[in-house]
Amino acid sequence: MSVFLILTVLGVLALAGFVLSRQRAMALVGGDARRLHSRPQYYGWHGAIMAGVPALLFLAVWQIAQPMVIESRLEGMFPAEMVQDDSARTLLFADVRRIASGLEAAIASGAIGADEAAALDAGAVRERLAATGVALGADVLPETLAAAQEYRGLATVGALWRTVLVLALAVGGLAYAIKATGPEFRARNRVEGVVLALLMLASTIAILTTVGIVLSMLSESIRFFGLYPIQDFFFGLTWSPAFQGNSQLGLLPLLWGTLYITLISMLVAVPVGLFAAIYLAEFADPRVRSVVKPLIEVIAGIPTVVFGLFALVTVGPLVRDWLAVPTGLGNSGSSVITAGIVIGILNIPFISSLSDDIITAVPQSMRDGSLGLGATKAETVTQVVLPAALPGIVGAILMATSRAIGETMIVTMGAGAAAQLNLNPFEAMTTITVKIVSQLTGDTEFNSPETLVAFALGISLFVITLCLNVFALWIVRRYREQYE
Amino acid sequence: MNDMRLVERDVSNRQAKIEARGVQVHYGEKHALKDVDVAILDRTVTAFIGPSGCGKSTFLRCLNRMNDTVASAKVSGNITLDGQDIYDPRIDPVQLRAKVGMVFQKPNPFPKSIYDNVAYGPKIHGLARTKAELDEIVETSLKKAALWNEVKDRLSAPGTGLSGGQQQRLCIARAVATAPEVLLMDEPCSALDPIATAQVEELIDELRTHFSVVIVTHSMQQAARVSQKTAFFHLGSLVEYGETGQIFTTPQDPRTEAYITGRIG
Repeated sequence: MSVFLILTVLGVLALAGFVLSRQRAMALVGGDARRLHSRPQYYGWHGAIMAGVPALLFLAVWQIAQPMVIESRLEGMFPAEMVQDDSARTLLFADVRRIASGLEAAIASGAIGADEAAALDAGAVRERLAATGVALGADVLPETLAAAQEYRGLATVGALWRTVLVLALAVGGLAYAIKATGPEFRARNRVEGVVLALLMLASTIAILTTVGIVLSMLSESIRFFGLYPIQDFFFGLTWSPAFQGNSQLGLLPLLWGTLYITLISMLVAVPVGLFAAIYLAEFADPRVRSVVKPLIEVIAGIPTVVFGLFALVTVGPLVRDWLAVPTGLGNSGSSVITAGIVIGILNIPFISSLSDDIITAVPQSMRDGSLGLGATKAETVTQVVLPAALPGIVGAILMATSRAIGETMIVTMGAGAAAQLNLNPFEAMTTITVKIVSQLTGDTEFNSPETLVAFALGISLFVITLCLNVFALWIVRRYREQYE
Repeated sequence: MNDMRLVERDVSNRQAKIEARGVQVHYGEKHALKDVDVAILDRTVTAFIGPSGCGKSTFLRCLNRMNDTVASAKVSGNITLDGQDIYDPRIDPVQLRAKVGMVFQKPNPFPKSIYDNVAYGPKIHGLARTKAELDEIVETSLKKAALWNEVKDRLSAPGTGLSGGQQQRLCIARAVATAPEVLLMDEPCSALDPIATAQVEELIDELRTHFSVVIVTHSMQQAARVSQKTAFFHLGSLVEYGETGQIFTTPQDPRTEAYITGRIG
């Protein structure tokens, strides 16, 4: 039975569990639901969960464990030197699986008979499989083919056991649930426990993923710092990677570019976004607000690469022809100021929308209190409403800053790729994110400092944005309680 | 003390501070206030009583044009403060509200320090030229609101950290500090315990030596205790207006009598 078919059967059994348990519960009390401990549907859900969940978990574990068990048993079929090295071993077993599944596919489509498949010899297998549409990278060694045949055999046996055990578990669960059902049985508590576990799982997934990302970047970064001196990375003033070696991989020019572009983008986004929010929340007619607010938010939905095009063909030339050339400060189409302006525009809706929500959430009684003392609207906004909304606004600004720091596409297209330490905003510069991409683009192997530096850059970026976000959260928490 | 109060109940020689004639308020389709005529006397406490939704708070908010902030509200008729029409287009509601202060039902201190809460009005109206003068205003206002002794050691603590009764007295101090000529209070004690209520009532009694106080209240005992004039509103109309003692002892209108004896409400 294929996995899909098993899942279908499990679904049917779970449904049966729901219907049967619920019916039994109702039948035991003669249709009077008030005599049950839990509401009838909880007995149903308990039946469905007992039939479906243990079987599903078992299936998942089996699916992960089966290839590992089979591979460890096949390892003995190869000469020791072929499976010594980790990467060689991985490649070898990829081949084994490829051939095995190719043969299965060929048999399933009828191109090769089952007996013929079992009798194929190593020299002919590549050609034969190619004819059925399964391409193999290289000629097949006899050991590999033998392993693949063994793999097929084991996988077939495994699949049979899997089907039998999973279905037995499901039927057993179903039977248990129906037997356990009764007026005194606390089905609701059981179901709520399962739901609670599900909620807990959902909340930990994001955290565990983050931990995984950090650990993987950390291990690669440590390898990088084994190849390249740590002080040269963090304090080096030059960024000039050379793939033949002798690269200078100083973080500072990239960090400077990142912070400079972020600063300019925030100089654009904060005033415009904040003023837009103040207008929308305090002064705009409700009808104007209902049109303008969604329109501003539409900007947030535009992919950043489109903004990059805008920087490349519109803002860049404009800045060059009207600002840089007349003032004699530069003649480059890509510049820090171009990328900064465009990232700023990208962040306007982010800041304005969040700030608008925060300003609107300031209670009307605050405004009434101020107006009732004879304050003007402007005094009310600047001296009462904005201070009350400040922690939220600061949080929004810091989150927008994190986005600006992480922005890649607009920088690539608007600011260029030249890593340099320069104060002139009309010069091309680049950022950490752009260099991460360029170090990893193309044919790469993760064993030279030139590629591994990407992980060190990545973790530096991660630490910077993490600190900003923690700071943002701290600000919001620190001041929030005062404004209730 | 009681004798003094009785003597002071006589306010027949007071001038009218606010005069309202034919005031109507509509909230969209709803006719919230129908043809109200009333004269609020100078240096007198006037109580507005009546069942919920009778229009007394609406009328209160007309007196300092707080209804301007409600988009659907439409006010017609004539209200004068010292003979000047307050709905005249030449009148700036901001200037009007500096003269007619307001204390709201729910305490609404600003998210600022206690000091800054009280100093807010004097600062925006330029009532103090020096820091010392501002300190002086803050101290006297807090003393008038019977809050000074409780907060004098922590003027820089946030006003929102005070208890409910303290917050309401802070809001009163804030309104008093602006030196209004009329103080409007919209159920100022509804969120307070009896002790804080007693303090606020005592305060109201003191305040009327300086200016007019108009208080909306659901408590008839409170109206009887603090006011010299009482207006009874019912279903958007002003039913009866007169001396507090007369309203509570010999009401002219059967609806007033029914309300104060607890038969409608």
